[in-house]
Amino acid sequence: MNDKREIAKTLYKTMGLTDAALNDPDIAHLVINGNMVVGAHLVPGLVVEPHETQNGVTVAMKVLAGSIIQKPVHLCFGMLPEDGLQEIIMDVTIEEHAKVSILAHCTFPNAKNITHKMQANILIKEGAYYSYLERHVHAPGGLITVVPHAIVTVEKNATFKTDFELLRGKAGIIDINYETTCHEASLLEMNAKVNGIDDDDITIRETGHLKGQGAVGVLTTRIAVRDNAKATVYNTLTAHAAFARGHVDCKEIIQDNGVAKAIPIVEVYHPKAHVTHEAAIGSVDDKQLQTLMARGLDEEEAVDLIIQGLLS
Amino acid sequence: MTILKLENVSLSLDEKPILNNLSVDFWEGHIHAIVGPNGAGKSTFSYVVMGLSGYKNITGTIYFKGKSINNLTVYERARLGISLGWQEPARFEGLTVAQYLKASKKDNGMSIEEAMGVVGLQPQEYLQRACDKTLSGGERKRIELASLLVMQPELVLLDEPDSGIDVEALERIFDAINILKERGSTVITITHSMAVLKKAEHAFLMCHGSIIDKGSIDKISGYFENKCIPCGHKNIPVLGEVQQ
Repeated sequence: MNDKREIAKTLYKTMGLTDAALNDPDIAHLVINGNMVVGAHLVPGLVVEPHETQNGVTVAMKVLAGSIIQKPVHLCFGMLPEDGLQEIIMDVTIEEHAKVSILAHCTFPNAKNITHKMQANILIKEGAYYSYLERHVHAPGGLITVVPHAIVTVEKNATFKTDFELLRGKAGIIDINYETTCHEASLLEMNAKVNGIDDDDITIRETGHLKGQGAVGVLTTRIAVRDNAKATVYNTLTAHAAFARGHVDCKEIIQDNGVAKAIPIVEVYHPKAHVTHEAAIGSVDDKQLQTLMARGLDEEEAVDLIIQGLLS
Repeated sequence: MTILKLENVSLSLDEKPILNNLSVDFWEGHIHAIVGPNGAGKSTFSYVVMGLSGYKNITGTIYFKGKSINNLTVYERARLGISLGWQEPARFEGLTVAQYLKASKKDNGMSIEEAMGVVGLQPQEYLQRACDKTLSGGERKRIELASLLVMQPELVLLDEPDSGIDVEALERIFDAINILKERGSTVITITHSMAVLKKAEHAFLMCHGSIIDKGSIDKISGYFENKCIPCGHKNIPVLGEVQQ
């Protein structure tokens, strides 16, 4: 047990965090190293059932109807070894009028050749609220492949917010694919921020289907690619009902030999629905750059600060 | 003592002459104003002195404290002590006002909080706000001036410092300019505004890429108000009418 506790603390340390959350009885947590559950704590209203598999874990998570989980639930998926495969299968149900926020840390600090896959099925029932912030910390080198896929259903008056952040270390191969179906008066917000360097290869597919009347969806992507990194972003919003509203916003900064593509797709199937999109790809804005240089920052310092802002 | 000297400086953009054999001196520790009609080359003058990309391919020489700065980059000129406040300052997505001011901060400049006070913006209200399009034009402009106060460059170029500023805030802009001077900066304002012109100690009249007259504020403001503003020649100076 003590070994597991030490592994959990080590994983937290790699994220730049203390283990305070692991000691707080009001904060639920689940910590996975490879295919091993090294820490778990629940709070009332939250049901989590992890099962270890050959290459990872399956996690069934449920927030019971009407339960408001006050403090963000900490999930930590990590691998301390240099090589290996981690497969996470998540089945999440947020019952009617329940509310929970998840702070998910994915840490692979020593990676030389690691693959992290996640397949999630998420059901957010009527009036419920689910936010999921997924923050990655990778090793500065090595090969990491990250493949998070999710199928999400957002029922009437429910909310789904997700943020994916990969700003520290080498991104590696990223293949994000989230597809969300939104019913009446529901709200969808999907944000992704990735910093690509070296030969990173980043693919983001975010799709929202606004099926219900008054459903609202916003897809926002911010990416910086430097060196020989590549990024391709497919943002798709479809609107099928009256008063459905959507917006797609993608900004990508390229430096050096970086390559970026944005493919925003908006489809509207109802005359009273409205979806907009904006995409901007290019080098750092010249006026921003020269403004900072006129304050004495050299070009590299200025570019770093602008990218830091874009990805903040 | 001359701090900035332009000697026979010319610049063409897309084969159109913008600065035309421009020669002018500016005195250390003084406030100067350059006035002139739209298209006279006033903003281009400030970009050329700052060395912005697209404005470096000049003929002639720019001297700062007696040394040519022609071959220096923007940040090298900034580190020598030259900086520029834009007419329409850049917006930075994701950067806070505090981060922008911290990037501008130099040891001899004011504290960030003090500078925000000078330009009339409450630090506790603004420092954690994004320095982006959520700020009004006037707010962003005042933050631009604050960034110069925390930097305290030896030479400050201010392109239309009053544009987008309401009457109440205008006094704050003038306060900031005076403080820059009191703390040792030389200030050159680019302006159409008689109010800004009248705060200067020396005035220059620019037309068609050249300084066509210079002198006291009364002399230049009188000429600018009575002749330049109604002039139908649109940047074709009638040389016989000036320098009288």
